[in-house]
Amino acid sequence: MRIAVASGKGGTGKTTIAVNLAHLAAKRGRPVVYADCDVEEPNGHLFLRPTIVHQRSIDRLVPTIALDRCTRCGLCSVACRYGAIACVGQTVLVFPELCHACGGCRLACPEQAICEAPRSIGCVRHGWSGCLRFLDGVLNVGEMMSPPAIQAVKNALPPVSSLAILDCPPGASCPVIESVRGADFVLLVTEPTPFGLSDLALAVEMTRALRLPFGVVVNRADRGDREVWRYCEREGIDIVAEIPDDRAVAEACSQGDLAAEKIPGMAERLCALLDAVESRATAEKRGVA
Amino acid sequence: MKELIVISGKGGTGKTSIVAALASLARSAVIADCDVDAANLHLILEPRIERQEPFWGGSKAVIAAERCTGCGQCTDLCRFDAIAGDGPDPGRAARVFRIDPLACEGCGVCVDHCPQNAITLTPTAGGQWFVSRTRCGPMVHARLGVAADNSGKLVTHLRRTARRLAVERRRDLILCDGAPGIGCPVIASLTASSLALAVVEPTVSGLHDFVRVAELTQRLDILGMLTVNKADLNPDLTGRLEQAARQFGFAVAGRVPYDSAVTRAQVARRTIVELADGPAARAIRALWAEVQTRLQACKDVVDPPVHLAS
Repeated sequence: MRIAVASGKGGTGKTTIAVNLAHLAAKRGRPVVYADCDVEEPNGHLFLRPTIVHQRSIDRLVPTIALDRCTRCGLCSVACRYGAIACVGQTVLVFPELCHACGGCRLACPEQAICEAPRSIGCVRHGWSGCLRFLDGVLNVGEMMSPPAIQAVKNALPPVSSLAILDCPPGASCPVIESVRGADFVLLVTEPTPFGLSDLALAVEMTRALRLPFGVVVNRADRGDREVWRYCEREGIDIVAEIPDDRAVAEACSQGDLAAEKIPGMAERLCALLDAVESRATAEKRGVA
Repeated sequence: MKELIVISGKGGTGKTSIVAALASLARSAVIADCDVDAANLHLILEPRIERQEPFWGGSKAVIAAERCTGCGQCTDLCRFDAIAGDGPDPGRAARVFRIDPLACEGCGVCVDHCPQNAITLTPTAGGQWFVSRTRCGPMVHARLGVAADNSGKLVTHLRRTARRLAVERRRDLILCDGAPGIGCPVIASLTASSLALAVVEPTVSGLHDFVRVAELTQRLDILGMLTVNKADLNPDLTGRLEQAARQFGFAVAGRVPYDSAVTRAQVARRTIVELADGPAARAIRALWAEVQTRLQACKDVVDPPVHLAS
């Protein structure tokens, strides 16, 4: 079963919830994997402090040009819709960060002067945090496209039999879509403020467009206003849990501590959340089947 | 003309609250919400829209079913698993092929290699962008379509529009709210700007993510400045953040303390400096003075930013 923790707005507590849920599930003896799909800013490792057992480069194909065969005809740059290859005078320039690895330039070259070679854009790390299996993706600084790196993390997930908790990036566009696609349930973490609500609504629209079952966690529930509850009621959205605002939790998180271990009562609260999410996801699966 | 872009690395650190406050202190700036993925500045500045235009995002392939012979060449060549056969068709084609618009990246390989010329690339509506009036000055902002891509392209477009607007209305500062992360929209908003102000919280995540975005800022040769928000939450990490910032050549501006008035201001749809004169408001006033001084030393922006594709 695959559970994606997403949010729309950043800093609502996605990582806090994802790492604690994964940690608690492992503590109960479940085979569980935590996968950090926020490849631009992966933070799960700061809390789970895994022992990394191996890491693998995330490679993308980029064109390389055999200049001795190239006639500078420029057909490759015509074929490239991303402006990633340009024929300027006697040289051909490739801009690897703009390349989508579609292979169009190679196909367009009449001289067969283009071949494709792998180029590393980041890495996937595999490790263990106690009995919890840990995975994350780290995009190299300067790389623009995170979806291929997210895909690499998802490809590294073990087969569906075990529980996987995916920590997703903020927002509601391509990186998030890549992360949540294929999930059995999406847990949207929000906070009851105008910004939290506005971004939750975007995340809900996105999740609905992908036809994925989802529920909401209201974090720091006693702050802000009541609009998030009104919105969820109006839209018929299930609020799976509410977590009160607590400076002790904020301080624990600021140091990279697991709230479930440090804050009395937190483990019980989050275990209840895990059970609630799993029973909903199971029900959805049955409903679909 | 100077352009200030507010970034953070990690999301939810208070970028938008600080941009809104700076906008109400600046009075003479053009405001741009470049966090097109999850735009929030409009919730505080309550813009009155003066101009509204569609944003054409990435192109997607479309197959003309009546010309498709079902040869399957397109599926074989597509690297994005965006073309799938739809099962046997009782008509003349053995199979009908269909594009998955969410997976299609608009590379055009299928278009160029379809023996029947049955495929075309069609620009897709990727959202809308606006030029508005607010109580703090003119504002450009956007709404990215649901599940749309090309946020980098939209950011570049917004920045261009803001520069044109600044020339027209004789404003000498553009104030941009940036996106979290280090990817496409962040690179598109940082490239060739005058100054990047990083708003960071003193947490291990905040520090880790700041280091990555500071490295990016340095690589793009943009001057940087750091302010630690909620600095009193963890004084030790606040110190470490400021130390890291100096190592990246960032100027260290004053700290902003935790203040519950920030959330109250958001709920009241006011900027923190409009609502109160508490600790956060006072710190942000001081920050604005420091930013102004720093901006004087920064380069002017003239040319439109380089186009960056998504």
